[in-house]
Amino acid sequence: MSTPTYSVLGTRPIRHDGADKVTGRAIYGADVHLTGMLHGAVLRSPHAHARILRIDTVKAAALPGVKAVITAADFPQGPDRIVDLGEGDTPLSYIRGNVLAIGKVLYRGHAVAAVAATNAHIAEQAAGLIQVEYEVLPCVLTAPDAMREDAPILHEDLETTELGKKSGKVSNVAVHFRHVLGNSEEAFAQADVVVERTFDTATVHQGYIEPHNATALWNEDGRIHVWCSTQGSFVVRDVTACILDVPVQRVRVTPTEIGGGFGGKIPVYIEPVAAMLSKKTGRPVKVLMSRREVFEGTGPTPGSHMTVKMGVDKTGRMIAAQASLAYEAGAYPGAMVGPGGMCVFASYNIANVTIDGYDVVVNKPSTAAYRAPGATNAAFATETVVDEIAEKLGMDPMELRLMNAAKEGTRRADGPKYRRICCVEVIEAMKNHPHYSAPLEGPNRGRGVAVGFWFNAALPSSCTISVNADGSVNLVEGSTDIGGTRTSIAMQAAEVLGIAVERVNPTVVDTDSVGFTGVTGGSRTTFATGYAAYEAAQDVVRQMKERVAKIWEVEASAVNFEKGAFSAGEKSMTFAELSEKLGSTGGPVVGRGAVNPRSAGGSFSGAIADVEVDPETGRVSVLRFTSIQDAGKAIHPSYVEGQMQGGSAQGIGWALNEEYYMSPDGGMMNSSLLDYRMPTALDLPMIDTCIVEVANPNHPFGVRGVGEANIVPPPAALANAIYRAAGVRMNRLPMKPSAIMEAIWAKGN
Amino acid sequence: MKSFDYAAPRSLAEALRLLSFHPRARLLAGGTDILVQMRAGRIDTDFLLDTKGIPELNELKSADGLTIGAAVPCFRIHEDSRVRSKYPALSDVAGLIGGTQIQSRATFGGNVCNAAPSADATPILIAQGATCRIIGTGGQRTVPIELFCTAPGKNVLKQGEILISFHIPAKSKTTGAQYLRFIPRNEMDIAVVGAGVEVALENGVVQSARIALSAVAPVPLFVPAAGDSMVGKAPSAEVIAEAAAIARDAATPISDMRGTVEYRRHLCAVLTRRALEAAIVRAGGKN
Repeated sequence: MSTPTYSVLGTRPIRHDGADKVTGRAIYGADVHLTGMLHGAVLRSPHAHARILRIDTVKAAALPGVKAVITAADFPQGPDRIVDLGEGDTPLSYIRGNVLAIGKVLYRGHAVAAVAATNAHIAEQAAGLIQVEYEVLPCVLTAPDAMREDAPILHEDLETTELGKKSGKVSNVAVHFRHVLGNSEEAFAQADVVVERTFDTATVHQGYIEPHNATALWNEDGRIHVWCSTQGSFVVRDVTACILDVPVQRVRVTPTEIGGGFGGKIPVYIEPVAAMLSKKTGRPVKVLMSRREVFEGTGPTPGSHMTVKMGVDKTGRMIAAQASLAYEAGAYPGAMVGPGGMCVFASYNIANVTIDGYDVVVNKPSTAAYRAPGATNAAFATETVVDEIAEKLGMDPMELRLMNAAKEGTRRADGPKYRRICCVEVIEAMKNHPHYSAPLEGPNRGRGVAVGFWFNAALPSSCTISVNADGSVNLVEGSTDIGGTRTSIAMQAAEVLGIAVERVNPTVVDTDSVGFTGVTGGSRTTFATGYAAYEAAQDVVRQMKERVAKIWEVEASAVNFEKGAFSAGEKSMTFAELSEKLGSTGGPVVGRGAVNPRSAGGSFSGAIADVEVDPETGRVSVLRFTSIQDAGKAIHPSYVEGQMQGGSAQGIGWALNEEYYMSPDGGMMNSSLLDYRMPTALDLPMIDTCIVEVANPNHPFGVRGVGEANIVPPPAALANAIYRAAGVRMNRLPMKPSAIMEAIWAKGN
Repeated sequence: MKSFDYAAPRSLAEALRLLSFHPRARLLAGGTDILVQMRAGRIDTDFLLDTKGIPELNELKSADGLTIGAAVPCFRIHEDSRVRSKYPALSDVAGLIGGTQIQSRATFGGNVCNAAPSADATPILIAQGATCRIIGTGGQRTVPIELFCTAPGKNVLKQGEILISFHIPAKSKTTGAQYLRFIPRNEMDIAVVGAGVEVALENGVVQSARIALSAVAPVPLFVPAAGDSMVGKAPSAEVIAEAAAIARDAATPISDMRGTVEYRRHLCAVLTRRALEAAIVRAGGKN
C-alpha cells in the first residue's frame, strides 16, 4: 500500500482559538454573566456515610438576599431507568442521587442542598445556615474492606451481579465478572517461571485546572438554557432533561470553553441544580465549584486492589496469566473495572487467561472516567510483573515484550480479535529509540520501561460545512475543544477541499445547532468528529461538482477534483472561483457529515523513564522520560505530542505523589492543589515524544485517537526504574518518598 | 467570605490607635496566608489592618547586623545584595517561600506571625539568632524568636501589639548558615521537615552552633543541645552526625498526609546533617 501524500495533514498550523485563549477573550463557564443573574452554592455532607433525618432550610431562606433553597425533594422522583452517560449506561437513580443526596449521604462532599442568592458570599453563608440532622453510619473506604462480609452496606438494594446473573445477595460488590481464554490453571503447571504479586493504587483525581461550573436559565415558556464546562453538551442536555423530567427539546446546552476534563467533565453535577434554582427564582443562576468541591464532590478515578499472576516458559513465551481486579467505584456502581479487565493483558498474546473483575462501592466520591480509565491501574500491575519475569529470565525487558506482543489476529480474553494494531511497532520504536540505549551513569539511577493499551471510543459525531463566496468555509461541530480539535477537525476538511486550513472557520455550537455528537472523550474527537468533517467535506465536493457540471454543461461524473481544483477535459476552475458562482448556479452549498463508526481501533503506547532515587529520603527525580505512541496518522503532530506529554505528566503524578489521603472517618485530608501534589513544571523533565504511524483501517485518513493510551505505561515504567535505582519493588501507588524509604528500610531488615 | 473593614495606616501611632478601637482586628502584611484563611472560613474577623504602609515595618537595613521589617516582601530580602553576601541563608529562604508572585507579597513577618509549625522563615531566623521587636500601647519589647510562637497558629503578640521587625546580629566571616526543607515536589509545597542551622567557626573549631527544625513539633523547634554538642570540636562527620541525632531525638512530629512520625524523625537527622555540612562550607571550613 502506498503512503498517501497530504498537503494539510501532518503540518502544524496555528490553532483557530489561539488568539482568544492567549488574550483571555475566550469565554469559559465562569465568564458567563446574564442580566439579573443569581449565584448558587451547594451544601455538602460533612460525613462519609450517614442517613439524612431532617433538613431545615428556614434559617437559610430567611437570610436577606437569599432567593431559593432546594433539596432533592424539589426534583421529580419518577421511576428509575437506564440513561447513557456518554461513555456507558447508568441507572438514572444513581445520577439523581449523586446530584443531590436522597435519604443517605454516601461520601464526604456529597451534595445535600443548594441555595440561590444575590451574590456568591450570601449564597455561601446561607448554605451554612441549612441545618441537616444526620444519623452517622460506619464508613468503608477501600475495596478489600468493602468486600468483607461484615462491611457497612452503602446501598441496601444493591444485589451483586455474579458472572452475569443477579445473585440475590446484597453487598457492596455491584458486579463480579470473569473472562476466560484457554485454561490458565493447567498452563501454569507447564510454566518455567511464574510471578504473582498484589498491588494497590490510591484514588486519584484528573486535576483539570478549571473547576466545574453551570449557569442555567429556566425561561417562562419552559425552555431551559444551560451554559457549562463539559466534555459532552449532548450528555448534559439528555441527563439534565432526565433529572428535570422534561423533554430534551426543552433543554439547550451551550458548551463554553473548557479548562481540561480528562473524563471528569462527562458526568453531570450542578447543571440540574442551577436549572432548578432558576425555576424557583425565575432568574438565571450560576453555580461555581471551589477546588475543594471539585476534589470532594466530583468523580476521581478508582483506587484499586489487584493480583496479577503470569507464567512463561524458559524461552520467555507467555503461556498463562491470571488477574483479579477489585476497583473502588466510589458511592455508586460503575468503577472502570470493565475496561481494566479488558486492558490488563491487552498488550500480549497469551493463550490461557483468566480475569476476574469486581466493581465495589465505597464511601468516596462516585468515580468518573480518567484518561484510559481503568487501564493505568491494571498496567501498573501487569507491567511490573512482566519486568520481574524478564529479570528472572535474565532477558532484556523489551525483548520479552516484543516476543509476546499482541498482533493482528491475537484474541483477547474478553473476546475480540485484533484488527491491524501497532503493539509490535511501538515496542520496536521503544527498543530503537536512542533513549533506550543511552548510557545511564551515576549511583542510585535506574531506567524502566512499560507498555500500555487503550481501546478508544467511536460514538456518533455530526458536522456541517457551508461554503462562503470567497472560497472559505464555515465548519460547525459539537465537540468541545480540549486538545486543539477545532484545528485537527478543520485540517481534515481542508485536506478534502484542497484549501488552506486558515480558510476553514471551525465553530463549536450548542445542542440546538448541530446534530448529535458524543462526548469529547475516549480519544475520539479528532477520529470521529474529524471523520464527520471528512464526510461533510466530501458532500461539499459532490455538490460543487454538480455546479461545475452545470456551468460547463458536462456530466457531474466527468468532473475531477484534485488539489483544490475542478477539471473536465481542458477546463479547470479552483474551489474559490467556483465558490463565487454558487449564487447563480443554484444557491448555497452546505455539506453534511454524520457518522457512527463501528469501531475506533485502539492505540498502544510505551514509556521509557530514567530516575534517580535519593537513598536517604526516598525522593524520586525523573531525569529523562520518553513517550512512544501510535497515532495512526498524526493530523497535527504538535497536538499529538501535547497529548503524549500531558498523559505522561499525569501518569508521573499518579505514580509518584498524587492520592486521596483519607482520614479514618472518610474525609479527604488533602483537598487542595497545594496538598494534592500534582507535579509542577519544575518536577518534570522535558518529555520526549516519538510518534509511530500505523494507519487505522477504521478511518479515512488512518487516524487513531491519541488522548489516553499515553497515561497507561508511566507508573509501571517508573516503578521498574525505581527498582533498578533503589533495589525495591514498589507494589503500591503513589510511590511517594516515605513509601520508598519504608521499602528501603524493609529490604535492609 | 464575609465582608470586613480595611485600613492602611501610614504610621505606627495611627496603627496602634486603630487597633485600640477594633478588638477583633487582624494584621495583614502580604496577605498570602490570612486572606486564604479568611476565604476558607478559618479566620473570622471584621477588621483587617494593612501594615505595608508603615515605614518602620518596611525597613531592610544592614548596619550593626541586619534589620528586616515585618512587612518587607520576600523578593526584597531575596534580591538584596547585602543580604545575599552576608546572610545568604536568609536570602535563600526568601526565595523558597511560595513562587515568584507570592514572594512579591509574602513577608517574613507574616510567615513568623502565622505560627505554622512548618514555616520556612522561622527555623533559619532562630538559627541566626534573630530577635523580634514588638510595639504596643504600653511601649516596645524584644522577644527572642525561638520564644515567639507558642502553639500552632498562636504567638506572643497580645491584642493591640504589632511586630515591627527582626534583628539579626552581625556575623563573623567564618559563620555559615543553611536552611534545607524536604518536600516531595521541587517547589510550591509545605515542608515535611525543615532544618535551619548556623555554625560559627574559629580556627577550624566550632565556636557556636544553632539548630532549629520545622514541621516536627507544635512550634518551630529550637534544639540548643544539638548545636552545643558541636562547640569546641572540629566539625568532623562524627560531630555532625551526633548533632543531627540530638536534633532527631528532640523532634516530636505527628503522622499526617505529609509524612509519618518515623519518616519525619529520620528526615530530621538527614536534613540537619546536610544543612550542617553546607553551613560549614559557607563558614569556610572544610567538610
